[in-house]
Formats: sequence, C-alpha cells, structure tokens
Amino acid sequence: MTVSEIDVAPPELVCPAGTPAALRAAVEAGADAVYCGLRNATNARNFPGLNFTPDELREAVAFGHSRNVRVFLAVNTFPPAGHFDLWREAIDVAHDVGIDAVVLADIGVADYAAGTYPELRRHLSVQAGAASPEAIRYFCDAYAIRRVVLPRLLTVAEIRLLCSAIPCEAEVFVFGNIGMMAEGRCSLTSYATGTSTNMDGICSPACDVRFDPIEGNTTAARIGPFLIDRLPSDERTGYPTICKGRYFRADDDRPYYAFEEPRTLNLTGLLAELIAAGATAFKIEGRQRSRAYVRSVVAAFRAAINSGAVGRSPDLGDVAESGRETLGAFGGKQWR
Amino acid sequence: MALAPAEAARLTLGPVPFNWSPDDWRDFYFRIADESAIDDVYVGEVVCSKRSLFFDELYPAVVQRLTAAGKRVILSTLAMVFLSGDRATMAQLCASPDALIEANDVSALFHLRGRPHHVGPFVNVYNERTLDVMARAGAENVCLPAEVPADVIERVCQRARSTGTTIEVQSFGRMSLALSARCYHARAHGKTRDGCQFVCGREQDGMVINTLDGAPFLVVNGNQVLSFTWLSLLGVIGALKRAGVTRFRLAPHSCDMVQVSSIFRRVVDGDLAEDEGFAELLAAVPEADFANGFYYGRPGHSWTSP
Repeated sequence: MTVSEIDVAPPELVCPAGTPAALRAAVEAGADAVYCGLRNATNARNFPGLNFTPDELREAVAFGHSRNVRVFLAVNTFPPAGHFDLWREAIDVAHDVGIDAVVLADIGVADYAAGTYPELRRHLSVQAGAASPEAIRYFCDAYAIRRVVLPRLLTVAEIRLLCSAIPCEAEVFVFGNIGMMAEGRCSLTSYATGTSTNMDGICSPACDVRFDPIEGNTTAARIGPFLIDRLPSDERTGYPTICKGRYFRADDDRPYYAFEEPRTLNLTGLLAELIAAGATAFKIEGRQRSRAYVRSVVAAFRAAINSGAVGRSPDLGDVAESGRETLGAFGGKQWR
Repeated sequence: MALAPAEAARLTLGPVPFNWSPDDWRDFYFRIADESAIDDVYVGEVVCSKRSLFFDELYPAVVQRLTAAGKRVILSTLAMVFLSGDRATMAQLCASPDALIEANDVSALFHLRGRPHHVGPFVNVYNERTLDVMARAGAENVCLPAEVPADVIERVCQRARSTGTTIEVQSFGRMSLALSARCYHARAHGKTRDGCQFVCGREQDGMVINTLDGAPFLVVNGNQVLSFTWLSLLGVIGALKRAGVTRFRLAPHSCDMVQVSSIFRRVVDGDLAEDEGFAELLAAVPEADFANGFYYGRPGHSWTSP
C-alpha cells in the first residue's frame, strides 16, 4: 500500500524541538507541527540544556506561524501535591504565547486547562497512557481533548479499531526511541535514582548515569548503583535506560535484554497502513536529540509523505539508536 | 513507645499480583478470611487477563468466605486495558450493581463515573486537583502510587479531608514499578504473551532479575515489573496516621501474611511499638530485603532508618 492509494488528507508531521535551533531545523526540514517543553519539570524531557524559556517559546510560535507550522507545548508530567503552581503557570504561558495545542497527561492539569482556557486546544499525551476507547473517551468527555497520542503498545489492526471508536484525532509515533513500559506508569528511574519520570520529567538522568572503563576494552554503564550493561568500549550504543539493559535471570547465567534491545522505532514501512487505520498525525520522537538528527529524520519523513511512496524506507540508518531498528508493538502481536 | 489508638485506621490487603496455583490462591484467601487481622481485601486479576480463566470459578467462594468473616471485599480491575476482550470484561465488572470496585486504569474510571468506587495505585493521582476530580466522580478512597514521598502524601491527605476521601498507602511488599503490553516472563523463556504457557506461575513472588555483576535489582511478574526490595513503612505508621492516612495496604506475598498482618495490626492500633514491630517483621520475612526510599524522597531501593 502507498499513500497515493489512500483517499485521505496526508497526515500532519509532528516533530521534536528540544531547543530553538532544533525547532528551526524541524520547520525548515518540513514539519507541519513542532512540539516543545518549558525548562522545568512540567514536561517529560526535562534535561539540562534543553527546552524553552517563555520568551523563546513566544518567538518559536511567531516563527512557526510565519511558516504555517503549528507549535505544541508538552505539559505532560504529573505535578506532585504542593507544586501544582508550576504546571498552572505552564498552561498560562501556553495560552499567553498563543500555543496551538497543549499536550497533557495529568487529570488535574487537564482540569485546570479546560476550566481556565476552554478555547486552548488540548491533546492527550502518550504519558496519559490512554490505550482503550474508554480511557480516551474519559478525557474527551471531561476535557474536550481533540487528539490523543497513542501508546506504543498497539498493533496496526488494534489502532484501526481504536480510531473507529474514539471522538478525537489520533497521533501515532513513527520514529525514535521506543519506551518499553506503559507510558506515564514507570517508576524504574525513580527506584534506581530518586528522580521521578512522572513528577520530575526525567528518565535516566545524566547525573546518575556513569560509564566506567573496566578490564579489557569494556565499559560498564550504570544508572545509580545498578549495572545496566557491559559494552565493548568502541561499540556505538544508545543512551542507557533501565528498560534496555542486559541482566541475568536468577536461574540462568546467560545475560539477556530482559525488556527490550536498544533499538529505534522506525515505522516508515507502515505509514500507509497507519493512515488507512485512521492516524491523523505522525509523531517523531527526539527532543533530546541533536539538530542534525531532527533535520535528517524530519526531511526523510517529509519526503516519504510527499512522494506517496511511504512503503519504501528512506535512509535513516545513521540516526537510529545504535543503528538498529524495530517495528515494536506496531508490527504484530508476536512483539508481546 | 506504642502509638495512641486511632479508631479509623484500617488494614487492607491488595490483590494478589502473582500467578499462584488456583488451589494456593483459594487457600490463601480462606486463611486470610479465617485468621488474619485484615479489614478490607482487594480481590481481582490486576496484571494479566489470561490468568483469569483459572480463577473465575473460585471468586464466589472466596468472596463469600471473606465476607462471612467480616472482611469488606473490593474488586480490583486490570491495570492495562487495551485488548477488546479485556474491555468487555471491564465493562461487565464495572456494571455489577452491588460490587465495590477499585479502578486501576482510566478505562475503569470511565465506567465508574457517578457511583461510589475506589481508585487504585495504578491510576496516577499525584496532586490535590486530581484528587478533587476523583472525589467529584465518586471516589471514596484513593490508594496513592508507591513512588510518592511523605510531603505529597501529607498534602493529598489534607485535601482529602475536605473532599471526604480516604487515603491509602502501600505499606508492605514489593512495589510495582512498571507495566507493559509485553510479557517479560514469557520473553525470559523465549515465548510471547500469546504462547506463554503461563510460565509466570513458576515463581511465587516473581522472577528475580540480577544485574550483570550479580546484584538483585528487579522482579518480573508477567507484564509487570516489581522492585526486588520489599517496601516496609512499618517504622512510619505513626507519621502516616498523623498525616491523615487511614488505610494501610499490604501487598500479598507467599510468606506468612497472617503473621505480617498481625504485626501491622498491632502497630497500627498502637499496641506494639514501630521498632519492635519491625524487628518482628524481619524475623517473620527473612527472605525480604526491605526498602523505604520513596517515602523519604530518595531512590526507592534505599533504606532510611525511621
């Protein structure tokens, strides 16, 4: 199947912007929309050196709109009690700078956004973990959610069923890091380091990641006190996360990837099927990645969508994490 | 020093997360009914719906035995709902008119809006405003996620006084850290979820995962990841009660849960000092490596002396 065989509008290409420079690169490479975060715990990529000040966000919106590109703000973490004001301010900033949509996960934050700015377009973040029509309708009914970013655990057939049963648009991840755990429901980093992905917006914080040279030509990757993997020092590897580490079962001495191999999700081969299933937007992951990554991935997907030849795989191998790719859950039930 | 008694505090037992044999599962609940000091018992398959077929026929007898013993039974829903069969089961369960249900997924909240229900630890309630929304929709009780620290528990409890919601915290047992659509138990044995042959039934308390340098780290239980360490908040029961927590949840394990519940009962009721209770707990569960880091805002695997 190719895109040209499908009688629907081409999907919106939603691209990551970790910095103003990456945002510019994404826009110039052909993004239809970009998503960003503020420089604090209100978004799930709260890494040092990333993200936008309110002023930068205002400029980003102006630049995006001058190129007919929409700008979304991810406010997709879970405010701990006593700290709600930071998330409230993020929603206020989004409204004040004219953001095109806020991408939300917490029910309380959605309640605030919908109650305070009914006209501010609301998307449901993948971090909300809404994987069934009922869960999605819960948010649509209560907070007039216009689009859901689907969890990366459904097959294409399941996405088709889901899209026919929800009253909003569906945005589907097509490229980038693939989280193995149900989004918004993972405390592995918190358990190992004390920094919470849900509350602090950081998975695998750099300050807790260590690479120690050990005997031979080997490097030990640690998160907090826990050894996540041992790797040849010259091997190109992705950024270490607990869910992509190698471990032993207690009764077996062969190390294995207990959860998933370090691979990059790449659905270029499934784009047409996803459109036919009802996806209205394609999302590229990677706000923590370089401007060069953003430029090449966005350009490749822009070309794939424009040419209508989405069944063919554009050359993306050099930006994939450790060079290996996967269809993840989208490829079929055998992934589970 | 023993704590002053507080009449409202209740001891609860979370749903069995493991795939025990049907006989073991039934006998466990019968013994809880007959011998334990637990007030409220959550029952239901929370992790993997494939297991349900072994247990469905046992529910009536288990619920009857618990109820007859004076326990309040609450039915817990599946934590990961996306397969169509599971959606139908969920809708059916939530439609049962007489049952009190604990929602472990927003799908369940969808069905339970407007009627009394509980909200389980797999639903993300981290703050006052989310608690308000839950309470307005009929939540009578909210069990907080394991990772929230003491100050968050305290603030949520403050708000809960005005919403009339009770707040529950897990106080014992391995902590749930992650869920997935993938079955990691099947994966460990070279299988997939559909062809799993129920290998998750091989370990009573989950399958331990060690790091490459031999440190026990995590525990796989089907599509759930648990901590290797066992949570104990026994040393801070008094502080939790002062904060406003009225329900203390024990996570079921294959150890002697009657004895564990007895220790918690006496500490919660003020009949046993916290430190003495913890000494008893160490003796009762020698296999457990205890942690309480989340409570102190530290890494969850860590231990801080209360």
